[in-house]
Amino acid sequence: MEIQLSRDVIESPFVNEVLGEAKSLVNNCYQCRKCAAGCPVAYEMDYTPAEIMHAVRLGQKDLVLGSKTIWICAACKTCSTRCPQDVEIVKIMDAARRVALREGIKPKVPEAAAFYRSALFTVKNFGRLYEIGLIGRLKLATRDFFKDIGLGLTMFRKGKLSLLPSGWRRGFRVRTILNRIKNEEGAI
Amino acid sequence: MRYHYYPGCSLHGTAKEYDDSLRSVCKALGVELAEVEGWICCGTSSRISMSPTVGAALPLENLMLVEQAGGGDVLVPCPACLNRFKSVQHDLEEDSALKEKLERTLGRAYEGRVEARHPLDVLVDLVGSDEMRPKLVRSLNGLRVASYYGCVLVRPPETMGYDDYEYPMVMDRLVRTLGGEPIDWSYKTECCGANFALTRTDIVRKLSCDIMVNARDEGAEIICTCCQMCQANLDTRKREIEQEFGVELDLPIVYYSQLIGLAVGLDPGTLGFERHFVDPRPVLREKGIL
Ligand code: SF4
Ligand code: SF4
Repeated sequence: MEIQLSRDVIESPFVNEVLGEAKSLVNNCYQCRKCAAGCPVAYEMDYTPAEIMHAVRLGQKDLVLGSKTIWICAACKTCSTRCPQDVEIVKIMDAARRVALREGIKPKVPEAAAFYRSALFTVKNFGRLYEIGLIGRLKLATRDFFKDIGLGLTMFRKGKLSLLPSGWRRGFRVRTILNRIKNEEGAI
Repeated sequence: MRYHYYPGCSLHGTAKEYDDSLRSVCKALGVELAEVEGWICCGTSSRISMSPTVGAALPLENLMLVEQAGGGDVLVPCPACLNRFKSVQHDLEEDSALKEKLERTLGRAYEGRVEARHPLDVLVDLVGSDEMRPKLVRSLNGLRVASYYGCVLVRPPETMGYDDYEYPMVMDRLVRTLGGEPIDWSYKTECCGANFALTRTDIVRKLSCDIMVNARDEGAEIICTCCQMCQANLDTRKREIEQEFGVELDLPIVYYSQLIGLAVGLDPGTLGFERHFVDPRPVLREKGIL
């Protein structure tokens, strides 16, 4: 793919949005690929973290927002910790994921998104992450009803899954906070 | 000694034995834990949010609750929650506009009179102190322990306050104090697959396998962890890992709080060992600890 690197690209709304939100520079990146070398899940990504950084710099919006990488990242923060150029790789990736959501781009790793959605759903309802609710919701979302059934039963037997969520009142407080953010920013 | 205590969601659920053993150990050492009234999710659930504000507002709400209850140190046993708290505090110090915005959203001012700390940091000093020495009535008898810290307790180092973030030693020192033998190994701060526990279990199996194989090869008899996600990922997937990768791993995964509980002479029956998938009791018995 031929890329015309011009001011329009470097200062495109996409690049500004991602870097502004991440409060990070990306032009310091000198492509040493240390971030890629230390990433524990790079083997499952379509582009390494170093490639994503380069693509952000080049304004490659579709590539970045449609990548598996922004969803496969486990947020272990190894990359940003080790980057010799202080590029905030994880924050840039987080910002890119939010831009993708705002633009309605379908997550390339749908089960990861389904997990996060289910988690937020239980927090909105109970104020806290409630594990059985999360699992139920996740199964509805992924339609994979039998995954880990045996494991779940063992956990239940060992008293690791509680049936009743604690603190219904907290859900109300969380919803109040989220609604205020929504009113101010238009979407959460 | 009195601390605020923010258990976090999993310690009220799947990681109940972490909560129980931590509370019993604190009691035995004369540390009072006051659970934060009305605490909510720390904000890690915001990974799907379109707004960067959500992931900052939720942890700040909790810090405000601590401040309202008098402020000071709050112990946070889940490294992911701790990381959220410390990150938002770090961001607020650098960004006064963000602080104002969040205070408006939450309807309260925040003075910053709160420090979030991991119980490990508090307990290691306490257990190592001269006055507590007489309380250590049971030795770990040279049990070879791999201290496993995971990702976000130590990263990013400028936020979490760790100098030795590639090779932390705080848990190793604790193990030594308790009479165990900390082993040298390479996966101390590697990722277990964390959030993929329920979805991309293939990733969890691979990462957890690498971690456990290295610990075993370096001679560990047990892995000690300070994170309930690490504990769950390593412990619950063991059998699947053995089948998939053709390895044999008989490594129990325990919490530092359980090891301290043994050392201070608590009844092992109250420390929740039976709740683990790989039962730690046989190796503890073999070493003459039980
Ligand atoms: S480690 Fe930093 S400088 Fe090196 S490739 Fe990654 S982002 Fe660029
Ligand atoms: S934070 Fe994400 S991209 Fe960076 S090393 Fe960890 S998994 Fe890889």
